[in-house]
Amino acid sequence: MEDLLKFATDQLVATKELPEFIAGDTITVHYKIKEGNKERTQQYQGVVIQRKGTGVTETFTVRKISNGVGVERIFPTLSPAIEKVAVDKKGKVRRARIYYIRKRSGKSARIKERVI
Amino acid sequence: MSGIIGKKVGMTSFFTEGGKNVACTVIQAGPCVVTQVKTLEKDGYQAVQLGFDDVKEKNVSKAMQGHFKKSGTSPKRKVLEFKGLEGEIKEGDVFNVTQFVEGDWVDVIGTSIGQGFQGVVKRHNFSGVGGATHGQHNRLRAPGSMGASSFPSRVWKGKRLAGRTGGDRVKVANLEVLKVFPDKNLIVVKGAVPGHKGSYVIVEK
Repeated sequence: MEDLLKFATDQLVATKELPEFIAGDTITVHYKIKEGNKERTQQYQGVVIQRKGTGVTETFTVRKISNGVGVERIFPTLSPAIEKVAVDKKGKVRRARIYYIRKRSGKSARIKERVI
Repeated sequence: MSGIIGKKVGMTSFFTEGGKNVACTVIQAGPCVVTQVKTLEKDGYQAVQLGFDDVKEKNVSKAMQGHFKKSGTSPKRKVLEFKGLEGEIKEGDVFNVTQFVEGDWVDVIGTSIGQGFQGVVKRHNFSGVGGATHGQHNRLRAPGSMGASSFPSRVWKGKRLAGRTGGDRVKVANLEVLKVFPDKNLIVVKGAVPGHKGSYVIVEK
């Protein structure tokens, strides 16, 4: 039965190739938005706080500071609205979910770069 | 009308072209075979009996073994009667998911998940009594007053009270058929369907 469910899901959901990124990485998400009849691409750059879920329900949260206010946006990984994801910087963090970054600002909110 | 017996496989979701996430249920429906045709002359009413889900012969009672032998079909786990199926139907006919196409509106009948003995707040959406403060205790999820005193001096029949919840036959009307996979006998409908995974459902059009 699980196989059947997987089969149906695979048929319904288009797979997507995204670069590898984990919590702590700084990424730019290019996503499509609709304004009336026109469609255009917007960019959203920030730090990945978490990746969550599996399959169709997988999401990732990107946090950025916009005009001094912290903004978090959750993107479904397989959403067709996401055009592409660019990894700008790989971060070195010890956790899979870096919620502690919310309470930090200024110097302490910096994330060290991960050298591979 | 056309109907078919199926098994709930589970729920999943997908994205529309507009980027919306749509929840849907996958049902493995059919192939159902006609095990008996009931006629007005012989049985007093018209109906078609369908069988679904193959089962080993040794797991079927002798009575049912004879029944399947009569119609010349292999033993089935689920046997149900349908009224009002269209067309000339005879024993041994097979019903597939091909009778449904994308965009159809179907009704799905199943047995809702049993939840055991539940209070009135969960069972009938009562709101409980009063607040948690001002000295009140253990009234938060209570049913409240049951009626007047001098008349009728008793509780009306049909008063909604606590009791067994779920496990009822439930029909969900007008679900959109989103996809049909004839090779795997799968049908995908929009939204939720009563029952747990693996439970039998009836899909009607």
